[in-house]
Amino acid sequence: MNDPRPVPESVSSGAPRGSYLSRGLRVVGLSIAFAIVLALLREQNLWYTIVYALCIGMICWLCIDFGRTLASKWLLRRGVAGDDVRESNWPGWPWMFGIVFVGSVIGYTAGTALGDWLVGGRSSNLFNTGNLRESLSLLLFALIPATGMTYFFHSRGALEKRNAAAQAAQRQAAESRLKLLEAQLEPHMLFNTLANLRVLITLDTPRALAMLDQLIAFLRATLGASRLAQHSLRAEFDRLRDYLALIQVRMGERLDVVFDLPTSLADVEVPALLLQPLVENSVKHGLEPAVSGGRIEVRAARDGADLLLSVRDTGVGLGSDASGQGGAAFGLSQVRERLATLYGVRASLTLVSAGDAGGGAVAQVRLPLPVAESPV
Amino acid sequence: MNAHRVTALIAEDEPLLAQALQSELQALWPELEVLANVRNGEAAVERTLALRPDLVFLDIRMPGMTGIEATQAISEDWEEGAALPLIVFVTAYDQYALQAFEHAAIDYVLKPVETERLRKTCMRLQAALAARREPNQSRPEQLEATLAQLRGLLGAPGIAEAAAPLLTVIQAGVGAAIQLVPITDVIYFEAADKYLRVLTASREYLIRLSLRQLLPQLDARIFWQVHRSTVVRADAIAAALRDESGRLQLKLRQRPELLPVSRLYAHQFKAM
Repeated sequence: MNDPRPVPESVSSGAPRGSYLSRGLRVVGLSIAFAIVLALLREQNLWYTIVYALCIGMICWLCIDFGRTLASKWLLRRGVAGDDVRESNWPGWPWMFGIVFVGSVIGYTAGTALGDWLVGGRSSNLFNTGNLRESLSLLLFALIPATGMTYFFHSRGALEKRNAAAQAAQRQAAESRLKLLEAQLEPHMLFNTLANLRVLITLDTPRALAMLDQLIAFLRATLGASRLAQHSLRAEFDRLRDYLALIQVRMGERLDVVFDLPTSLADVEVPALLLQPLVENSVKHGLEPAVSGGRIEVRAARDGADLLLSVRDTGVGLGSDASGQGGAAFGLSQVRERLATLYGVRASLTLVSAGDAGGGAVAQVRLPLPVAESPV
Repeated sequence: MNAHRVTALIAEDEPLLAQALQSELQALWPELEVLANVRNGEAAVERTLALRPDLVFLDIRMPGMTGIEATQAISEDWEEGAALPLIVFVTAYDQYALQAFEHAAIDYVLKPVETERLRKTCMRLQAALAARREPNQSRPEQLEATLAQLRGLLGAPGIAEAAAPLLTVIQAGVGAAIQLVPITDVIYFEAADKYLRVLTASREYLIRLSLRQLLPQLDARIFWQVHRSTVVRADAIAAALRDESGRLQLKLRQRPELLPVSRLYAHQFKAM
C-alpha cells in the first residue's frame, strides 16, 4: 500500500529550503547596498567595504536562519511547538531576539575575520576594540540590519502564507460551485433526455415540444439557482415537477409521482432547489436500479413552528446500491451544508429507510418557518 | 453476404429509446432480425442465452444488472467453443467506461444515437461477421481478445467499486447472535441471490452483501475472483483441473466442492 505521508512531508520541508536561495540573494543585495552607503558616508574603499559587508551579512544570515530552523526543530521535538513553528519554522520573537543577537555577534566576528583574510587587512572586531562603547556600536551596526531583515523575511513569509490560504479558499469555493453544477446537470441525465427528445421529434411532435419546454424550464432553474437564493415552495414544487416529468418520459410506466403541497404553505419561501438533490437521489439510487421502478412522493407539511419537507421513494432502499453511495452522499452533504449556513442547528436533514411495506427511503428536511408564517 | 440471416437482441431500459434503436437498425440494415427487445440486464442475459443472437446491443446503465455485468454473465455461460455474440454498448455518458473501449473488440455508440454513427457501427459489425465466417479465422484468439477487453472493463474506475478498507472479520447473523468469522478462516465466498454464502472449512454463513460490494474490501492478492459469483482464497486451492468438456475446476484443500472457473478468469491458472 502507498504511504500518504511522504507527500506532505516533502512539500512542507521543500518550501523553506527553496526560499533559502531567495533569502540569501536578498541578503547579498542588502549587504552590497549597505556597503555602498557606508563607503560613501565614510569615504572608504568601496570594494573592501563590499567584501566585509558581504562576509558579515552572509554569516549573520546563515547563523540566524540555521538558528531559527534548529530552534524550531528543538521545539518540535519537545512537543511544545505552535502552528507557527510547524508551518513556517518560526519559533517566536523571544527566541528570535536571542538568535539574532548570537547570530550577529558570531556573524560580525567571523565575518570580519573572513574579510581580513580575503583582503589581507586587519580591522577591529567586537573583542579587540578595548572599549565597550565602541564594541557596542559595532554590534549595533550588525544587529540593526539583522533584526530588520529577520522582521522583513518573517512578515513576508506570513503574507505569502495568507495569500496562499486565500487562494486555496477561492479555488475551493470555485470547485464546489462547479461540482454542484456538475451534479445538477448530470451528463447521463442530460444526454438520455436529449436521446428521448430526438426520438419524440419525429414520433410525437406535441410531446416532444412539451418535453423540450420542461427541459428548458429545468435548465433555466438549475443554471439560475445559484443566483436566486430563495423562492416560494410553489416554485420549488414546480421545478421538481419539471424535472420529474423529464425523468417520467424516460422511465415510462416505471415511475409514478405524487406531490402534496398544502395551499397554506405554497407561499412559504425556501432556499431555491433545496429538494432537487434529494429527488435526484431517489431517482438515481432508489428507482432507476429497481427493475420494476416505483413511486416518488414529495410532501410539505407544518409541524408547529417548523416546516417539514419530505422526499420518499419506493425504490431499492438504502445500502443495497453501493455503487451510488458516493454520489448520493455528495447530494446529501450539499443540502446539509446549505441548511447549516442558513438556519444553523434549527434545521436538519435525515435519511432513513421507509418503515412501511412500500420500502425504499425517506429523506426529510426540517427547517424553521419564517416568523410571519408560524402561528403565534 | 446478404444471404446470411443476422439476428440481434436489444437491451435498453428506456422504452422510447429501445423502440427507436430497433427501428433505426432495421432501416439501416434490412436483413437484421431483432429477436427480442428487453428492459433490464437479467432479461438480456436470459434471452441472449436462449435465443443465441449474432449481435447484442446493451445499454450500460440498466436496473438490476448493468450492461457490462450482463456481458460478463453471457460470456461465462455461453456454450464452450461457440463464437460469442458481438456486443455493442449503448451509453449516454460513461467517461470512464469509454476509455476502456479504446481499440475495441467490443463497439459502442453514444446516446443520442446519431444515424451516421449507427451506420458505421453496422458496417463494422457486418465486416466482423463476415470475418467470422472465414474458415482461417482463429476463434480462440478472437475470444481471448473479447475476454481481455471485458476484464479491462470490469476493472475500469467508475465501473468497478473504489477500493475500500480491507475487511478483517466477517460479521454474520446466526439466529439472534452475531458470529465473528476471521477473514483468514474463509475458504470462499459465493453469491446466492441477494445474499453471499461465506464458507469456512467446517461451516457456512449467510451475509447480506453483494459480491460487488465485498470485492473492494478484499485483498485481491489473497482472494481471487474465479467466476462472477465466486471468490476463493488462493492458498485454499489445491489444484485446477480440466474436465472432459475443457472447463476448469478448482479442487480445494479443506472443502469437498469443486468450484467452476469461468473463461473470463481462467487466465489466472497457468503452470509457472
